[in-house]
Order: sequence, then C-alpha cells, then structure tokens
Amino acid sequence: MAGLEDLYREIILDHYRTPRNRGELDPPALFADGHNPLCGDEIRISVAVQDGVVTDVRFSGSGCSISQSSASMMTSAIKGKPVEQVKSIVRRFKQMMTIDEEDSEIDESINLGDLEALQGVVKFPVRIKCATLGWNTLLDALATEQK
Amino acid sequence: MSLDVTSIRKDFPVLKRQINGKPLVYLDSANTSQKPQVVIDAMTNFMSNGYAPINRSAYQMEATDLYEGARSALAKFINAPKAHEVIFTKNATESLNLLIMSWGRANLKAGDSVLLTHMEHHANIVPWHMLVAERGIQLRWMPLTNDGQLDLTQLDTLLDGVKVFSFTSMSNVLGTINPVQRLCAAAHKAGALAFVDGCQSVPHQPTDVQSWDADFVVFSSHKMCGPSGVGILWGREALLEAMPPFLGGGNMISDVRLDGFTTAELPAKFEAGTPPITDVIGLGAAVGYLEKLGMAQVRKHEIELSTYVLNMLKDRFGDDITIHGPANPELRGATFSFAFRDIHPHDLSQVLDQQNVCVRAGHHCAKPLMRILGANATARASFYFYNTMSEADALADALDSASDIF
Repeated sequence: MAGLEDLYREIILDHYRTPRNRGELDPPALFADGHNPLCGDEIRISVAVQDGVVTDVRFSGSGCSISQSSASMMTSAIKGKPVEQVKSIVRRFKQMMTIDEEDSEIDESINLGDLEALQGVVKFPVRIKCATLGWNTLLDALATEQK
Repeated sequence: MSLDVTSIRKDFPVLKRQINGKPLVYLDSANTSQKPQVVIDAMTNFMSNGYAPINRSAYQMEATDLYEGARSALAKFINAPKAHEVIFTKNATESLNLLIMSWGRANLKAGDSVLLTHMEHHANIVPWHMLVAERGIQLRWMPLTNDGQLDLTQLDTLLDGVKVFSFTSMSNVLGTINPVQRLCAAAHKAGALAFVDGCQSVPHQPTDVQSWDADFVVFSSHKMCGPSGVGILWGREALLEAMPPFLGGGNMISDVRLDGFTTAELPAKFEAGTPPITDVIGLGAAVGYLEKLGMAQVRKHEIELSTYVLNMLKDRFGDDITIHGPANPELRGATFSFAFRDIHPHDLSQVLDQQNVCVRAGHHCAKPLMRILGANATARASFYFYNTMSEADALADALDSASDIF
C-alpha cells in the first residue's frame, strides 16, 4: 500500500507552503480558468508570451496541496522557456501522470527535475486530476493565442 | 432504552473489516450507508431461490408479493395513507426529476414562481433550472441564518404567489433539520404545494408524511441500509393521478394502440420497464430492520452522538476547527461539515483515509451553498446508528495526525 510519504514529498509541501509565481498578469498576457468539478478546486493561469518565449507565468485560485504545489512547480519549470519546449514538458509531465499507452511524440530525455516528486501521485489515482489541473489550464491559456 | 450499538454493529459485515490491522471507521453514511446482513440475505435469497419477474404471469406470485410487500412496508414506514402512493424509481434524483418534470410541465407556465432554499442538493436545483429554460418559470431562494438554519423571517413574503415550495428536510452539508411541518403549512397557506427532499432525514428519524402534511416526499434506499439502485417518490394519490407519466414503456400502460396509449393505475403508471426487483426486496428488508431498531431510538442515539462529537471536537481543537451548521444537537443530524486548520479537505480526507477513517471531501453536490460558506469544498464526517463515540475519537486522532504533515 502506498504511504502518505509517497504523496506528500517535502518538495511538494514546500511549494504548497511557499508557492512560487502566485498571482495574475495583466493583459495582454494570456489566461485560462480551470476547475475540477469533482472537488470544486479552481485555478487561473496567466502566461506572458513574447517572441515565442514564456517570459512570465502566474497562477491563482484555490485548491489542495497537490493542485497548488503542482501549479507552483509548473510555473518554475516553464518560465523563460520557448513555448514549444514548454509544450514538450507538459506532454512529458502528463505522461508521468497517466497509465495511458506510449505517446511517440514525447521526448523521454526531458528532465522534469523537481517535478519528478509528483510521480507518487499516480499511486493515488483520485488525486491525478489535482496534479494535472494547472497543466491542462496552461495548455488552454496557450491555445488562446492561436485564436 | 437506548440502542445496543455493540450488538448492532455485528449485523453489519463490513464493520468487522480491518485494514492494515486497524478497524474501518466509516463516517460517510450521509453519502451512502452500510448494509446489514438481513438486507444482503434477502437479496441473495431472492436471487438464489425465488428470482422471477413481477406482475406478468401466474408463476411470479412470490416475487410480486415480495416486491409489493416492500412497497407496503415503505408506506407504513413513512405513514403514507395508501401503498400505491409509493413509487419506486432508480434513485432519489430520478424521483425529483420525475416529480419536477411531470408535475411541473403539467402545472407550471412562464412567469410562475417556485421557492427553493440555499441549502438544496443539486438534485433539487438542476431539474428546476431545466424547467426555467424550458418553461420560463422563475426561481426564488430562501436564505440561511449565520448558523446554517433557514432564515424564516421572510417566509410569507417569499411564499407570496409561488406555486411550489421545494425544500430539503435536512441539509446534507450543514446537518440542519428543517421544520418541515411548519414549512408545509406555510406553503399551503400561500396556495403552494410542498415538495420535500427527505433523503437525509428519512434514514435518521421517524417520518410521518401525514403529520408533515407534505404533498410529495422523495428519498433513497441506499442511505437507509438498503441497496443502491432504488429511489422512492411518495405523493398524494389525487396529485399523482392527475400527473402525466414520466417514462413511457412496458408496465406503465393500460392499453397501447397504433394511435396512442392509456396509462396504468398507480403505482405502475410511474414505474416503466422492469424495476430493480432485487433491490426493492433488499430495501424491504432494510425497512424491516430499521422498524425493529425503532426510528425514535435511532434519532435519540444520533442526538447523543452529535452532542459528544460537537463537544469533543471543540474541546480538543478549539478554534482550529470550524463546524458548519447549528450548534444545538436537537436542531441537527449527525452530519458534520468542517474546516480544520487551513488544511484543504482533500488533503485532510487523504490523511484520514490512511487511518481508515472514511470521510467525504468535496462540494457535496451543493455548490450554491458552498459559495455561501465561502469554500470550494469541505470535509464531512457523517454518523449513523452503528457509529460510536470511540469512532468519533478515532476521527479526532486522525485529525491530529494531519496536523503533523501540514
């Protein structure tokens, strides 16, 4: 049986207690709202993109330690990176969070760094949606640029 | 004479279960209750020895008797004047949809008003919203007091001109028990019908639809020791007879021709298709079990439990815990939504689960109420007659262990 130490790793609790990049950006930053209908958690991701690079990103809203820390770690991981690379990281992360079949487009060499700490969430399937909430919302925000 | 809970617990196989060497502490009965052996046996026996369809052929007498016996038992349990006023559906949500759609479409037109309360379950909100979209009816809302009771100061004003007052007898979030008799009387005085969502109260206290003077009452099997898959709608005979059918098909007709159909008598008119026969028989056994315990005794035990839980949690955690709903155990059931030390309810329920303490975390299908409470979610511990004070202590111990992590 998976223990709580698999879920609540120290780095996760650190991001929960001291969230990075919390807040919102003003327009023309892109933004999207996400919510988890099962638990009522809500998140807003705002992301500034200049010349194909994520120059800044913030998250706001409320949720459990997993959704909040995952969003916080996500912002740290993608800030300053080209949008294409960010999308690869998102795919890699979501792969880690699923038991789905292989996606050949995923670059296995991407190092998720601290984000690997969230791997334990997979052992608690009801919490996977918490961990991916911010990530799916980021994709929604990035998609608004193409409209 | 109070309930012998030690002996009662032996009736529930699952309560003997141990996980990782520790007992299961099941505190989610407001969500769904556990099942006593007599219910399991009734269903198993029926499927093993007597399974048959009902109401069709001569050989099915035994199955039909058991199924209709459950209906009669239910009618007696809620003091319904007539057994055929009790309609079986697949859950209480379907009961509400049947009621709101069938009665509503036949009786409500654009501009008509319906009064609901801020503490309703989504099942008593969303079908009305659907009728708003379909018919252009208007919804009014009764607000709550700070301690989670209905604010009755504007009762008559709110009821002025409404066609229906549809309300819960007990909040699934706050535990608040509403003054059903008074609310039905006020509705009738205003010329409105009274629809009562009895899901949370019927399993926990005596129910008398005649002394309530309600027009319709819905509740569910699985919260009162019966199986899932059965909901109940009780309504006054004359009202049910005047309503059009909800689902069409087998069993609900008197005649079908190429150019139309006529409906069967009550209750078949509202029971289209093959019903959940085994489940209804299980529910019949559950009603027998509850009757034997005595619903007044069940209520008494839960008031004692509530008194203990409220005092103990406040003693141990003081301002670190916020328990929603009335502080007076006489005004509430043993269902406690709470906030604990800024720990998110999902994290709390995760840590509690590790100690085998089962609580619900989430919005409890009452999002409008959650917004009023200013929370996206709460943790909720709900007790039933089989729960003990030492299980309440186990909850508190588990809460302590959550503080160690967060």
